[in-house]
Amino acid sequence: MSQLVSCRDVTKSYIRAKEQVDVLTGINLDIEEGDFLALMGPSGSGKTTLLNLIGGLDQPSSGSIEVGGVGLQDMSERALAKWRSENVGFIFQFYNLLPVLNAQRNVELPLLLTRLSRAQRQKNAQIALEIVGLEDRAKHKPGELSGGQQQRVAIARALVADPKLLVCDEPTGDLDRETADEILNLLEVLNRDHGKTIIMVTHDPKAAAHAQTTWQMDKGKLVAEVPA
Amino acid sequence: MSLFGLMWANLFRKRTRTVLTLLSVTVAFLLFMLLQAVSAAFDGGGVNVVGVDRLISSPKYSIVDSLPISQKQQLLAVEGVSAVTQQQWFGGVYQDPKNFFPKYPVEPREFFAMYPEFRISPEQLDAFVRTRTGAVAEQTLAEQYGWRIGDIIPIQADIWPKESGERLWEFELVGTFVNADQRSPLLVFQYEYFTEAVESYGKDQVGWWTVRLDDPERAQEIAASIDVLFENSLNPTRTATEDEFARQFAKQLGDIGFIATIIIAAVFFTIVLLTGNTMSQALRERIPELAVLKTLGFTDATVSLLVLGEAILLCLVGGLIGIGLAFGVRAAIAPALEGFIGAFDFTGATVATAIALSLGIGLIIGLIPALTARRLTIVDALRER
Repeated sequence: MSQLVSCRDVTKSYIRAKEQVDVLTGINLDIEEGDFLALMGPSGSGKTTLLNLIGGLDQPSSGSIEVGGVGLQDMSERALAKWRSENVGFIFQFYNLLPVLNAQRNVELPLLLTRLSRAQRQKNAQIALEIVGLEDRAKHKPGELSGGQQQRVAIARALVADPKLLVCDEPTGDLDRETADEILNLLEVLNRDHGKTIIMVTHDPKAAAHAQTTWQMDKGKLVAEVPA
Repeated sequence: MSLFGLMWANLFRKRTRTVLTLLSVTVAFLLFMLLQAVSAAFDGGGVNVVGVDRLISSPKYSIVDSLPISQKQQLLAVEGVSAVTQQQWFGGVYQDPKNFFPKYPVEPREFFAMYPEFRISPEQLDAFVRTRTGAVAEQTLAEQYGWRIGDIIPIQADIWPKESGERLWEFELVGTFVNADQRSPLLVFQYEYFTEAVESYGKDQVGWWTVRLDDPERAQEIAASIDVLFENSLNPTRTATEDEFARQFAKQLGDIGFIATIIIAAVFFTIVLLTGNTMSQALRERIPELAVLKTLGFTDATVSLLVLGEAILLCLVGGLIGIGLAFGVRAAIAPALEGFIGAFDFTGATVATAIALSLGIGLIIGLIPALTARRLTIVDALRER
């Protein structure tokens, strides 16, 4: 397999109350295409910050991040936005669906930025909903769906533009055990059958057990690769 | 779904709030259209007197001035003038100040000869001439107050007390007349009685002259001749058509255009504050959602345009509904107003101004939320969830 993500000497610092806070220090990480990687660690260890950098939501303070051979650290806001829309799917703990749109339209959102026709956008959204098993809930708004169903819609939205990389920030953090397992199984299917590379931040060892690789983080550093 | 569909859906995120905001914008634009039409009606018309056979000659500077009765013979001597009659604004209150209708002292036969559209039976006109304290009322006015022939109509004077100092004038209703063209609530009584009984400053004074012309084509020339005739006297005149006189009369009650402008400015200022506050509140509630859009690949510019577009859409829709309603209201009230202030209508420029204003207000209220949305960083905004 080829390498999809490469982080070299990545640091990230914020200024909080006039003090510099080093969130990430000297991160070096390689992720192969098709991998399912879990990032674990205590709160404040820098897991989400690293995930945001790899997903192109933020820029590192220093170092380099390459995803699919593209260096993200020097890209403009506009170029980075375009790159995200084509290459990364995002799944959040609280689903982050737009409450005014039904499931079908939420899934269709990323396709508004493409040149696809309206009919093609609708078709692709339907296919994505079928993959997550929610084709019969297409016309339901988020408020009319359970937490697990909302997370499935969010996964369909992450999939619809067919990105190589899915980044998931605590995707089961707001779900009960049974629903969480369903979501994790779905992520496994996407990884195994659809070839998606998945990076997942989680506190939950049971969730991390679904991943092929697990990295432990602490105080802004990758401290150990936990054996599967 | 399209970007417009996304904008529209977001607009109705809180349906009640949006509908109430929309209503306030609609009412603002309804007011704008109506006040513009009123203002235009007062400002319009000009002093074109060509083609009319009746002119009004009134005090040049103010409606509160009077003209001496002695001008009548001079007016009759103007070449091209075939008849002249006087009227005076009496004012006064019938029972309650809200019972407003015009009351004029007139010379009975001259008045009804001058205004053939006011139809009165010969018997009642004779009775009017014979009865010193007699009065005749327009038919619908008499019906409105339940007056019958022989009734005494008490009017409490505000401008014109009697020579004795008494303010109560009592008139006996001796007839009614109808206006063939439109409803004209009006009570007229004898000028002779008025000028004899009134306080000394009102004696032999008239409010304005109505002048009939032999040849309507010479109206411009004769109007100018009348004004030149009295130009250097103590009582200069301003001669115009009846429509223009009515407009000038109403205009002297206040600068209608200025008042309209002040009201419109206050209304729009309030709308900008209210709607701007609503848009800012709506933005604050949606910060994580805007961050999600950016996460999905929407650029800062696209997200800010979506927010700006919502504000403009809200104002445009409210404005268009207001404009539409204004046309409905116009159809309902224009016939009643046209006799008083002239043509009550909307010009293309008024409609275009209203649309431009709705876009402008949308731009103003949407600008700050749009800039805020543009500056949002994804990571910080998502943290607000």
